Amino acid sequence: MANILAVDDSASMRQMVSFTLKGAGHAVVEAADGAQALEIAKKRGVDLVVTDVNMPKMDGISLIKELRALPTYKFTPILMLTTESGAAKKQEGKAAGATGWIVKPFDPDQLVATIKKVLG
Amino acid sequence: MAIDIKQLLPVFFEESFEALENMERDLLALEPGAPDDEAINAIFRAAHSIKGSSGTFGFAVVSEYTHVLETLLDLIRDGKRGISAADVDALLESVDVLREMLQAVQDDQPVDAARTGASMKRLEGLLAADPGTAARPTAPTAAVADAPAGPSNDPAIEGWRIVFKPHPHLLRTGNEPLRLIRELADLGPCEVVCDIAELPALDSLDAEEVFLSWVLHLRAPVERALIDDVFAWVEDDCDFAIVALVSESAAEPSPGELSPPPEATPVAAVPSAPAVSAEPAEAAPRERRAASTDAGSIRVAIDKIDDLINKVGELVITQSMLGQFRDGFDASQLTRLQDGLAQLERNTRELQESVMQIRMLPISFSFNRFPRLVRDLCQKLGKQVELKMTGEHTELDKTVLEKIGDPLVHLVRNALDHGLELPEVRAAAGKPEAGLLHLDARHQGGNIVIEVRDDGAGLNRDRILKRAIERGLVGESDLLTDDQVNHLIFAPGFSTAESVSDVSGRGVGMDVVRRNIEEVGGSVEVRSRQGHGSTITIRLPLTLAILDGQLVRVGREVYVVPIVSILESLQVRSSSVSAVAGRTELYKLRDDYVPIVRLDALFGVRGDSQRLEEGLLVMVEGDGAKAGLFVDELLSQQQVVIKSLETNFRRVPGLSGATILGDGTVAMILDVAALVRRARPQGAPSAEPMAA
Repeated sequence: MANILAVDDSASMRQMVSFTLKGAGHAVVEAADGAQALEIAKKRGVDLVVTDVNMPKMDGISLIKELRALPTYKFTPILMLTTESGAAKKQEGKAAGATGWIVKPFDPDQLVATIKKVLG
Repeated sequence: MAIDIKQLLPVFFEESFEALENMERDLLALEPGAPDDEAINAIFRAAHSIKGSSGTFGFAVVSEYTHVLETLLDLIRDGKRGISAADVDALLESVDVLREMLQAVQDDQPVDAARTGASMKRLEGLLAADPGTAARPTAPTAAVADAPAGPSNDPAIEGWRIVFKPHPHLLRTGNEPLRLIRELADLGPCEVVCDIAELPALDSLDAEEVFLSWVLHLRAPVERALIDDVFAWVEDDCDFAIVALVSESAAEPSPGELSPPPEATPVAAVPSAPAVSAEPAEAAPRERRAASTDAGSIRVAIDKIDDLINKVGELVITQSMLGQFRDGFDASQLTRLQDGLAQLERNTRELQESVMQIRMLPISFSFNRFPRLVRDLCQKLGKQVELKMTGEHTELDKTVLEKIGDPLVHLVRNALDHGLELPEVRAAAGKPEAGLLHLDARHQGGNIVIEVRDDGAGLNRDRILKRAIERGLVGESDLLTDDQVNHLIFAPGFSTAESVSDVSGRGVGMDVVRRNIEEVGGSVEVRSRQGHGSTITIRLPLTLAILDGQLVRVGREVYVVPIVSILESLQVRSSSVSAVAGRTELYKLRDDYVPIVRLDALFGVRGDSQRLEEGLLVMVEGDGAKAGLFVDELLSQQQVVIKSLETNFRRVPGLSGATILGDGTVAMILDVAALVRRARPQGAPSAEPMAA
C-alpha cells in the first residue's frame, strides 16, 4: 500500500489509473495538471507519481523537473504515461529525471504490475 | 483485476466529445499562416488525449485514426510545417469524423469505415505532401509489462551473464538497483556478485550516488527481450552488457569490457520472490453510472454547489432555532418565532434559487456550434458573413437549452440561405460585402431573450403574400399589416425559397421552430425591413420547473394563470360584449374583439355567477392571439412548482399541469395557448389569423 499521485488532464484516464490503483490497495490522489500535482506533492508526501506528459498549465516534463528539485522527491519513483510515438518525449522525460514510463494504451493489469515493480 | 473499465466509459465519452468541441472551437479561431502556439498546443492535446484514452478503453479504430491526426498536429506544433487553410478544412473534417466514430462506438454501432478511411487518406495525403515527414508507423509497440514470458528460441542458451554498472546518478532518477536485480531474479535463479571496488572512503562518500556494480548470472533460458525490458528504463543511466551462457562449462565467458575485477566479493543472492506489498483488494464498490448514454448528466460549477451547501447550512441553523419551540411556547417568545419563520422563508427562497441555478447552463453551449456552421455554409453558398455573438454567458435551464438548439440552427441557416445576400448583390445595394449575423442572448424580466439578427435582404412582403394566398393561408382580399405578413412565415408548410436547397430544408422549418419554442413555454416573433434585414426574437422562460402564477378563483376551484401571459384584468361592461354566430362572446377591448372563455362552463364547475359584470375578465395572450378568461375573483400571485399531469394523471386539454398550494390543495395550471386556440371563432377572421 503506497500513496500514489496520479496526474492527467483527461478525467477518464486519471480515473482509470486511480480506480485501478485503489483496486490494488493503494491510496491515490488525483491532479489534473502539473501545477496542481506540484501543489499536492509539496503539501503531502507521496511514494510514487504517475504523470501524463501533455497537459495544460504545466506539462509532465516540467513537473518531473520541479519535483526532482525538491529534496523530498529526489529519489521518488516518477513514471510518465507516454504513447508509442513519444520516443523523443521519453528521452526528454528521462533527462528531466523520470524513473520510467508506461506506454498508452495499457490495461489495468499492466499498470498494477508496473507499479508493483517500481515499489519493489 | 477487479476493475471494470466500463464504469469509466461515460466519463470517457463526455470528455472526448468535449475535447472535440474545444478542438473545433480552436480550429475555427485559428488564423492559417500565423497560428497561435497555445491554440495549436491545445488542439494537439485534445487529439492526443482522445488517442491515449480511446486506446486504453479498447477502441482501436478511434486511436488508430487519431494517431494520424496527432502526427500531423505534432508536425505543426513543432513548427516543422505551417498550417494552411486546407489543413484547417481537413482537421475540421476529422473532428466530424471522430465525433461520428465516437457516437457510433457509444451507441454500439459499426463505424462508417468508408468515411473514416477517406478522411484518414486525406490526412495521410497532407502528411505525404510534406517531404520527409511521412506518417510514423501506426503499430503500437508492446508495452513494457506486456512482453510474453517464455523460453528462448535458441535451445543452446541456458542463461545470461549480465554486467550492470549504474552511473553514479542512477538513484536520482528514482531507480533502485536492488529493484532491477529483484526483477531479474523473478525470471529465474540468479547469482549476484557485487563489485565494491569503486566505493570511496566513508568520509568522502556521497550517499546519494551509486558506486557499486554487479555481475549477475541468470540461470534460466529466457528471451533476451525480457532482460532488456528489465533495464529499459535505465539503459542510458548505466553501462550494461549481456552475454548468453551457452553451456554449463561456459560459465566463465571471455571477459567483456566491463568484467568485474577479480577481487569481487560475493554478496548474498537476492531471494527470487520479492515481497509483495499487498494482495490486490477488490475494487471499492462504486456507484455505477447509468449505462444508458442518455441518462443526462450535468456539469455543475463547484461554486454553485458550495453555495448550495452554504444555504443548506443556514437552513439547518434556522431549523434548530425553530426547534426550541418544540417543548412549549409562550407569548413572550412570539417575536422570536416570527423572526425564525421569516428566516425560514428567506432560506427556502434562497435554497430554491440555488437549486434552480444548478440546472442553468450558459447559452454558449448552444452558440458554440455556430462559428463552424456559419463557416461551412458560407463556403457552400459563396457568401461572406461575419458572425457576432453576444451574451453567451446568459444562463438558462438545461431542458430549455436542449430544446432551443435545433430551432436556433434552423434560424441561422435561414438567415444565411435566404436572408443574407451574395457579396455582389450586397455591393450593388451599397452594403459591405460581408453580411452581419448577430446572435444575442440576454435576460429581460423573468425571461431569456434570444435574437437572431441579420442585415440581409429582409422578408419579401409580396412573395410571402403570394405564397400564402397560393397555399390558402389568407384570402386575396385580406388586408394585412407588414407584421401580420411577416408572421405568415411561421405557418405550417410555408416556404418561399425559390428552390429547395439542402441548406435550409424543405419548408418544414419555421412552423416547427415555433412549435419547439412554444413547447418550452416560449414565444417567437419576427421583425423585418425590406433591404435592411430581419430580426427573429425568441422569448423563453428561465426555467420549466417553477412558474410565476396568478391564482384565480372560479366558484370553489382555484386555477393558476401564468403571469407572463396575462395582459390585464378588467371588470366587464356589458355594453362591450357582443355575441358572434350566436355562440361565441366577444369583448371589445379598445380596437380589438377578444373572445371570452367561460372557465366554469369549460371545466364543468359552478361559478359564483353567470353574469359577466359580476366577475372579472383576465386578458391573456398566447399563440399570437388574445382571449379573455372569465373568473370570479383574482387571488394572490405566487411562484408555483409545476407538476406534470401526464406523469401523475393524464393529459387534459386546456391544462398544462398542476401544482400544490400552501394549504395542501391541488390547483390546475391553465394552458393559455390551448385556451386561446379553442376560443378562436371558427371561420371568422380573428385578430391575427395568420399566426395559426
